[in-house]
Amino acid sequence: MKYVLMFIETEQYAKQLQDLDEPDRQAAYEAVTRWFAEHEGKITHHTHLAPVHTATTVRLDQGEPVVTDGPFVEGKEVVSGFAEIEVADLDEALRLARSWPACPIVEIRPVS
Amino acid sequence: MTGPTGGQEVLARAVREHAGRLAASLVSLLGDFSAAEDLVQDAVETALRRWPVEGVPDRPDAWLFTVAKRRGLDVLRRESNYRAKLARLTWPDPAPRDDRLRLVFTCCHPALSRAAQIALTLRVVCGLSAAQIAAAFVVPESTVAQRITRAKRKIAEAGIPYRIPAEEELPQRLNEVLAVIYLLFNEGYLSSTAERAHALDLVEEAEWLAALLVNLMPKEPEAAGLLALIRLHRARGAARFDGRGRLVLLADQDRSSWDRDAIAEATALLTRTARAHRQPGPYQVQAAIVACHAEAGTFADTDWAQILVLYDMLLHLAPSPVARLHRAVALRHVTGPEAALTELAGLGHALERYPLYHATRAELLRDLGRADEARRADEQALRLTANPAQQALLEQRLGWD
Repeated sequence: MKYVLMFIETEQYAKQLQDLDEPDRQAAYEAVTRWFAEHEGKITHHTHLAPVHTATTVRLDQGEPVVTDGPFVEGKEVVSGFAEIEVADLDEALRLARSWPACPIVEIRPVS
Repeated sequence: MTGPTGGQEVLARAVREHAGRLAASLVSLLGDFSAAEDLVQDAVETALRRWPVEGVPDRPDAWLFTVAKRRGLDVLRRESNYRAKLARLTWPDPAPRDDRLRLVFTCCHPALSRAAQIALTLRVVCGLSAAQIAAAFVVPESTVAQRITRAKRKIAEAGIPYRIPAEEELPQRLNEVLAVIYLLFNEGYLSSTAERAHALDLVEEAEWLAALLVNLMPKEPEAAGLLALIRLHRARGAARFDGRGRLVLLADQDRSSWDRDAIAEATALLTRTARAHRQPGPYQVQAAIVACHAEAGTFADTDWAQILVLYDMLLHLAPSPVARLHRAVALRHVTGPEAALTELAGLGHALERYPLYHATRAELLRDLGRADEARRADEQALRLTANPAQQALLEQRLGWD
C-alpha cells in the first residue's frame, strides 16, 4: 500500500535546532540523510518544503479567489516535508514513522 | 430442544463463545473484515427470530456457521472468486487458536481511538449488538454504530493489518488489549447497580475476554494478572449492594456471600504466575491487593501493612493519583487518619473532579472529629458523581434519605 508520511515541525523543535552548535546540527541533518538512505527501497518520493513564511494560500470558496499570505491554517505546527512510501500495511508504515529521527510529529495518510 | 426463554440464553452463550471465532474464520478467508462481521450479525439475527419458534439446534455454533456461510454465498453470488473460496470453507473444530487472537489485536490497534477499540471488540469479538454496547456505556445507539462503521472503514482503507503483531511489538500492543479489557471491567464494575442487574454485564464480558487472552497467550503474566483481578472483583460482586440496590462498603459487606471458589481460583492463578515469571506488573499487583481483601475473614483481619507494601509497589510500576489515593486509605489503617489526610493534601489538584477523593477526605475528617469539613467534602463528592448507588450512599451519609 502507498502512504504519505507528513513531517510536522513545531516552533519548539525549530528553536531547538536553531540553538544547536554547528557539529550537533550537522549530526541532526546526517541522521535524516541516513534515514532516507536506510529506507531507500520503500521510499518512492520525498521532498522538503521551504519554510512556512514562503507559503501563499488561495481561497476559492468566497466568490472571487482570495489570495493571502501564509499557510491555510496558522499554527505552531506546520508541515515541513513529506515522503511517499510503498509498504505492506499500516504497521510497516508505523515502524518507519517511529524511526524518523527529526521533527516531532509524523502524520500517516494512505494514498488512494 | 428448549422453550423460548431457554433459546435466548443458549443464543447469548453461543454468541459469546463463538461469534469471535466465527468472524475470525470468515475474515481470514475473505480478507474482508466488514463483510465477515456483517455475516455473523446476520446469522445472530436469524437465530433470534427462529430459535424461539423452532427450538435451539443441537449444535448452535455449527448452526450459526452454516447460516453465516449460506448468507455469504447469497451476498457474494456475483463475485465468483469469493464464492469458490466460501464454498470450500468448513467450520473448524476446534478453530485455529490464533484467529481470534488476531481479531482481538486488530480491534485494539493503536491507530484506532480507544472508544472505537472498545466498541469494535465488544461487537466483533464478543458478538454484542450496537444497542447492547450503547446501553452499557449509556450513549446513543447511533454513536456506537457510527464508531463501529468508521473503525471498520479505517481498518480497510488505512491498511490496518489483520494479524498478531511482530514479537518486538507485542508488549506494547498487548498493553492496548489489556487496557481495553480493563476499561470494560471498570465500566461494568462502577456502573453495575441492582437496578441494572438485568442490563448487560460488562464485568462478565471482560472476564471472558481476559480468560480468552490467558488461554491464547499463557506466557504473558499481566494477562493472568488482569484475569485474576477481574475474577476477584466479580467474586465479591454479590455483597456490594444491599436489597435496595445501595452500595455496601467493604467494611460492612456480608463476606459469606463472596464466591470462595472463584477467589481461591484467582489467587492460585496469581501465585502460579508470580512463581513462574517473577515479573510483576500493575495488573498482578492490583490483583494481589484485592486478594488481600478477599482472603481476610473479617474486615478487622485485613492485612493493611501488606496492602500498603503492594501500593508502594504499584506506585513504583504505574504511578497515578488514583493509586496514591488508595494508598492513603491503606495508610489510614496502618498509621492513622492524620497521616492519610496529609497524603491527600498533595492530591487535591489532580483529583479535584474525582468523587472518591472527596468521599475519602470526608471519612478521614470524620475520624478526626472535624464534622463540618467532612460534611462539605461529602457534598462535594455528591455533586461530582453520576452513579446512582454512589449517590445513595453519600445521601445516606449526609442524612438525606
